[in-house]
Amino acid sequence: MSIFALLSMGRFCCRCCCPRGLWMLSAPCCDDRRMCVCPGPRRIGIPVRSSSLPLFSDAMPAPTQLFFPLIRNCELSRIYGTACYCHHKHLCCSSPYFPQSRLRYTPHPAYATFCRPKENWWQYTQGRRYASTPQKFYLTPPQVNSILKANEYSFKVPEFDGKNVSSVLGFDSNQLPANAPIEDRRSAATCLQTRGMLLGVFDGHAGCACSQAVSERLFYYIAVSLLPHETLLEIENAVESGRALLPILQWHKHPNDYFSKEASKLYFNSLRTYWQELIDLNTGESTDIDVKEALINAFKRLDNDISLEAQVGDPNSFLNYLVLRVAFSGATACVAHVDGVDLHVANTGDSRAMLGVQEEDGSWSAVTLSNDHNAQNERELERLKLEHPKNEAKSVVKQDRLLGLLMPFRAFGDVKFKWSIDLQKRVIESGPDQLNDNEYTKFIPPNYYTPPYLTAEPEVTYHRLRPQDKFLVLATDGLWETMHRQDVVRIVGEYLTGMHHQQPIAVGGYKVTLGQMHGLLTERRTKMSSVFEDQNAATHLIRHAVGNNEFGTVDHERLSKMLSLPEELARMYRDDITIIVVQFNSHVVGAYQNQE
Amino acid sequence: VMFYWLLSIVRRQRTSPGWQNWSSARSSVSVAAAHSITLPTQTQVVICGGGVTGTSVAYHLSKMGWKDIVLLEQGRLAAGSTRFCAGILSTARHLTIEQKMADYSNKLYHQLEQETGIQTGYIRTGSICLAQTQDRLISLKRINSRLNVIGIPSEIISPKKVAELHPFLNVHDLVGAMHVPEDAVVSSADVALALASAASQNGVQIYDRTTVLHVMVKKGQVTGVETDKGQIECQYFVNCAGQWAYELGLSNEEPVSIPSHACEHFYLLTRPLETPLQSNTPTVVDADGRIYIRNWQGGILSGGFEKNPKPIFTEGKNQLEIQNLQEDWDHFEPLLSSLLRRMPELETLEIVKLVNCPETFTPDMRCIMGESPVVQGYFVLAGMNSAGLSFGGGAGKYLAEWMVHGYPSENVWELDLKRFGALQSSRTFLRHRVMEVMPLMYDLKVPRWDFQTGRQLRTSPLYDRLDAQGARWMEKHGFERPKYFVPPDKDLLPLEQSKTFYKPDWFDIVESEVKCCKEAVCVIDMSSFTKFEITSTGDQALEVLQYLFSNDLDVPVGHIVHTGMLNDGGGYENDCSIARLSKRSFFMISPTDQQVHCWAWLKKHMPEDSNLLLEDVTWKYTALNLIGPRAVDVLSELSYAPMTPDHFPSLFCKEMSVGYANGIRVMSMTHTGEPGFMLYIPIEYALHVYNEVMSVGQKYGIRNAGYYALRSLRIEKFFAFWGQDLNTLTTPLECGRESRVKLDKGMDFIGRDALLHQKQNGVYKRFTMFILDDHDTDLDLWPWWGEPIYRNGQYVGNTTSSAYSYTMERHVCLGFVHNFSEDTGEEQVVTADFINRGEYEIDIGGHRFQAKAKLYPVASVYTHKRRKDDVELSDLHGK
Repeated sequence: MSIFALLSMGRFCCRCCCPRGLWMLSAPCCDDRRMCVCPGPRRIGIPVRSSSLPLFSDAMPAPTQLFFPLIRNCELSRIYGTACYCHHKHLCCSSPYFPQSRLRYTPHPAYATFCRPKENWWQYTQGRRYASTPQKFYLTPPQVNSILKANEYSFKVPEFDGKNVSSVLGFDSNQLPANAPIEDRRSAATCLQTRGMLLGVFDGHAGCACSQAVSERLFYYIAVSLLPHETLLEIENAVESGRALLPILQWHKHPNDYFSKEASKLYFNSLRTYWQELIDLNTGESTDIDVKEALINAFKRLDNDISLEAQVGDPNSFLNYLVLRVAFSGATACVAHVDGVDLHVANTGDSRAMLGVQEEDGSWSAVTLSNDHNAQNERELERLKLEHPKNEAKSVVKQDRLLGLLMPFRAFGDVKFKWSIDLQKRVIESGPDQLNDNEYTKFIPPNYYTPPYLTAEPEVTYHRLRPQDKFLVLATDGLWETMHRQDVVRIVGEYLTGMHHQQPIAVGGYKVTLGQMHGLLTERRTKMSSVFEDQNAATHLIRHAVGNNEFGTVDHERLSKMLSLPEELARMYRDDITIIVVQFNSHVVGAYQNQE
Repeated sequence: VMFYWLLSIVRRQRTSPGWQNWSSARSSVSVAAAHSITLPTQTQVVICGGGVTGTSVAYHLSKMGWKDIVLLEQGRLAAGSTRFCAGILSTARHLTIEQKMADYSNKLYHQLEQETGIQTGYIRTGSICLAQTQDRLISLKRINSRLNVIGIPSEIISPKKVAELHPFLNVHDLVGAMHVPEDAVVSSADVALALASAASQNGVQIYDRTTVLHVMVKKGQVTGVETDKGQIECQYFVNCAGQWAYELGLSNEEPVSIPSHACEHFYLLTRPLETPLQSNTPTVVDADGRIYIRNWQGGILSGGFEKNPKPIFTEGKNQLEIQNLQEDWDHFEPLLSSLLRRMPELETLEIVKLVNCPETFTPDMRCIMGESPVVQGYFVLAGMNSAGLSFGGGAGKYLAEWMVHGYPSENVWELDLKRFGALQSSRTFLRHRVMEVMPLMYDLKVPRWDFQTGRQLRTSPLYDRLDAQGARWMEKHGFERPKYFVPPDKDLLPLEQSKTFYKPDWFDIVESEVKCCKEAVCVIDMSSFTKFEITSTGDQALEVLQYLFSNDLDVPVGHIVHTGMLNDGGGYENDCSIARLSKRSFFMISPTDQQVHCWAWLKKHMPEDSNLLLEDVTWKYTALNLIGPRAVDVLSELSYAPMTPDHFPSLFCKEMSVGYANGIRVMSMTHTGEPGFMLYIPIEYALHVYNEVMSVGQKYGIRNAGYYALRSLRIEKFFAFWGQDLNTLTTPLECGRESRVKLDKGMDFIGRDALLHQKQNGVYKRFTMFILDDHDTDLDLWPWWGEPIYRNGQYVGNTTSSAYSYTMERHVCLGFVHNFSEDTGEEQVVTADFINRGEYEIDIGGHRFQAKAKLYPVASVYTHKRRKDDVELSDLHGK
């Protein structure tokens, strides 16, 4: 989604809740009762698919003369952001409202009048502003690669004595920031006390605090929910008597994926309370743990804990501020649990899980394993209408947003859409100054009559893996906005089989000469070598998502331009993209099938 | 009945030759097999596997007079790899034993059609091995030298000559080639059928469609086999199961480890050329291009050994059927490019198909044969490394001799199953290793090449310490051993670039280590040595050892004896040092790769006696070799005990304390002839003792050294090592070790008769040391091993090892000199006089260097000697 699209559509609204410095320059105006938060078109209120993004076409609006001030505004706001940057390097307390925000922002309507598609913005920038240094926008292929690969991570499930007993071969993951800092998070871990592997992508909005917390904590909640009674008891007893704990999760993390040290104790206590309740609740009867139920419980419980921790607060002022930021920001979550042939996907929000299926003829088809929780989902609209009085029917979802503000209809955190007005005011008043000064947190959504309007309860889908199910793509909406699911699955499928040489050529009964065959093979190899540029399926997918031209092939020039966008502009052309590609072991899956 | 049935198959197949028609042949066989015949209940030998190896073993056993033989094949005869084999018979091999096997096979297959009446498609095409680089040409020249001396004609030819021999070859990028005119092509399936039919004529019973489920073993002895059609009692079982040999070996109650793993292997078949290629067009091996090319029905057959092999059947045979393997053109693309570069005119040739035929590879690229160390009567011939056809005949013969006579007529230690242990049988290890081995088929083989995969399996406790100090490692029997230590300020070449036939990059490093051994003191971690303890309640241990060993072991406690276990022929089964720890307990140190072989030999010959205990304590001790004149100072400072020869004579063993650690076995020997001590340290003390030695040794100039320095030291002192210089066919008398044999020690020992006989009649070969005279270390090719030795222009033998002597500043080669009669070629007695009165030359890669022959080590080597009596050395003088 681009700001230009937004501007040209005249969907501006503007109110006072933008960072101070920014508003001074960008001439706030509040002609609309809808919310505005800050100059980021995302997440709140933009129903336009960015596939229609007219980035390099003539149709692109080119309000360039006016637009540059905005860039500077962004820079300024970044400075502002840095100024209130708190001591933890990764905790981005500055950015709850920054460009990436899913909360609606509305710039000056005056922009709209200038937003005419007159000139290619890129031509402009290159032709004029950057005329003297055109190379500034050209990244060399190695530079492009280093940007694309900065966050890539691969994990291969280790083989033991030549046998790979896991149905998961491994996974590739990667993320490309558009926000600064990125608000997406990803997690992957192997359950050590139960079988199975957990993988998840988390898309934050109004900052990364909530997505960060969820990425650290959710898998523990799920793992605990899956644990049998005896194991829970054993762990609890070990805690009680100070013995060493059984490890629950084996994380598979990129060095950039960090965990908060400061909150670790707090998080542990909440988790312990949870398992203590599980132990107390256990009647000793049912020993079968239902994965679906466990996933739902874990999601709800974590969201509940996030909410509670914010209400209770913490004597440590840093932690206190942290739990509040977690609660006031939001995050969607899409989590897969794979155990043998049993694949569960728990989804809250608008990230998506897509299964790559290879048909008998070798072609690829996509099977969606999650439903988006947003205005495009009729059932979600239904649900919201049912959950609130009839008279709210028109206000619950406006302009395809929850209360006219929030794009995803389910999310972690976002207590602004969950707590009563009283509670919100009380917490904010007693909270630290930073929170009090924050216009966004103080702001109460319009038509806020019967909270909660938002839930973190996931929708869980179950799929029994078949040998033709080759991989699963988990990705935040940053990917799905730019690429059709069918293309995603085809690109990954071709990439993975290219790696494994699985597109056999057979001579069959045809007359083929050595020379013809050689030509054919050379051609195939050249094609393959572009695939081999990436050692990671997720990176390969990002390369396509960002660099694809109208013919569906990666255009280096385009890729280079997209990646060299200034931080402040990047968010207007694309969202954060986070992708996990899980590869299944068809042999193992097939063996499971044969066992029965 | 068997035989006629078999012939009928053969005839049917002959009527429809060619790959395309195999399926029809198959159906005819299945019809024949449908009339299932009941198996015999009892036989002497059961052979499992109806491929070229199995039928060859049956053929040779029956020829040697064993008639009571049953051959079982799970599918059809000559199916499996034999059926898909490219049919190239090539004698251009790196090992002499392999050359001999291939040569024998060639001669056997040549006359097989005449013998059996079955057409084998044998055509003597000759083969041309191409060299694109000078290094490859050197490699070919070395092979050429060795082929010539065993009577296989071959020559190094120019690119121009190559073009004359083969019509389509692009020779512009060649520097030379080797032509072996007697190499041949043959239909391997037909060879197997011919061998089977001859065996059948000799009484061997052959049953196909019969699967061996497992081998029955009682008390470590084969008693029979369990098949899907019932049991057969037998005394001998021969595992020739090819791809499935590994699994079959493990299926017994007492598993037999046969380390091998299959890789997919591809070759291409084309339709005939417009003017069909002559059937005698030579086979071409372009190793630098990784391909081979032979004529096939007027067209060509071309395959190769790619850099990125695809291992297969890791999880066992049920995973995939051989017949269903897919062609993988993308995988074949580099080889196809290579083919078209070599023969550009083939572009227009039409493809018939790409054949995927898995081949089995072993961890060291040598085939596996011999008797299992754990189950007597269980023989193996498998892991042919895609040379099953070339080696099948010869290997079958050796194995048959082994079974009938107890040992083969040639030394086959390099191929012996017992060179491996259970430690090489991990599937992961094999999978990784064969991925390195298969490309190695066509990689340049240079001296001192170490495998890169499957490493760090067995290590000393000091591994990390030594590694941090710059150790570079080699591997023996899974054990990491330091080669040398790279000083912190020095860099060696990257692995690929370090490949050379000339002076290696570590030359100066090893020189400084050798110098330190000569002048000060060095530490070498020698923990890999095989260590056994033999103890008994009474005199049983001494008695059995006196019978097994040629030297007198009834020595005072604390003495060390150099000795060997001999076989009936007087040849060395093992060469070792034995320390008498007490009246009833002996500590035995053998070469690293003897761990399985030596154990099996002892077990086989020791009586079942609960009062006699044999224990493998290899893992219990870390061994440090303190070499050098100052070793004595270091050790006396660490132990507060006088270590001078008066108090601690040479070849003496004592338990003492070193540093804080007590119970260290100190032995005054170094395996090099230099003064010094071996310390056998219980592993938990290893780090402590090492640290103490290094810190005290500092003022004596101590430093780490590796096996390359050790090798240089021991070779310049004319020390023979088992496995390299000595083998089961060499006797102590042939290598000047009379002093280690006590023919009159008052009791019989194995091999005594043979030695007595030899003593009376003289020896037919003599271990000799050669010092190269006109060899330029910097500019000339270095000797390795296996170089032909010429005496007065006549071939007299091959070298067995070589090293640069930093003391003499000359290359030293060790090897055996024979005396072949000029008229008959028969071996004659070799006397000292014969050795001394000759002018010698060593052929290194086609260039002959003058050499001085010595029967005793050179005196100048001892100039650095500081201790007056070094018994280890006097040993060699043969008092």
